Amino acid sequence: MTLPLLLDVAVATLLVIGVAFSLIGSWGLAKLADFFKRLHGPTKASTLGVGCVLLASMLYFSFRPGAQGVSLHELLITLFVFLTAPISAHLLVKAALVLDPGARPAPPAEGDGTTEA
Amino acid sequence: MIVAALLPFAIGGVTLALLLALYRLLRGPGLADRILALDTLYVNSLALLILLGIRFDTTVYFEAALVIAALGFVGTVVLSKFVVRGDVVE
Repeated sequence: MTLPLLLDVAVATLLVIGVAFSLIGSWGLAKLADFFKRLHGPTKASTLGVGCVLLASMLYFSFRPGAQGVSLHELLITLFVFLTAPISAHLLVKAALVLDPGARPAPPAEGDGTTEA
Repeated sequence: MIVAALLPFAIGGVTLALLLALYRLLRGPGLADRILALDTLYVNSLALLILLGIRFDTTVYFEAALVIAALGFVGTVVLSKFVVRGDVVE
């Protein structure tokens, strides 16, 4: 565990940001009022939180003593999480709308939009 | 040195996030809330595994994290599809 000071600070900062986002995301999941509000928290946690933690891990394993080149395992995980998080969130909203059709907001009234009448 | 001093707190923070997601999983109230909580549990345990990998200075946790990411995505998709269609394989 002997990194240069600058890298140490960089890894520590990324860890703090990532863990803070994970914690805030889960806190939002536990605290907010209904499903569509709750969905906001974990989506931020899965992109920014896990992304920062994986970036910190990538820095650490690329520059630790005895490192063999750049560590690219994390890139695979990051790519997978970033690709799949929006898809699962979209499917979750579709499931929630099937379970509770009344939750769908009313369509905008005629001539209410930004287009010309 | 800063990282070594920080890691126990980081692991504690992610564990707290896991507990908050577990609270929502047990509390509900809806089915969609429980699926969302399960998805959050998967993502948080992924972060926890990465942190443990840094803590114990080993790369063996990456494969476990990748498997958890894949299974978490498949689980969420299958559960949502079951709710929407009432069946998984049509």
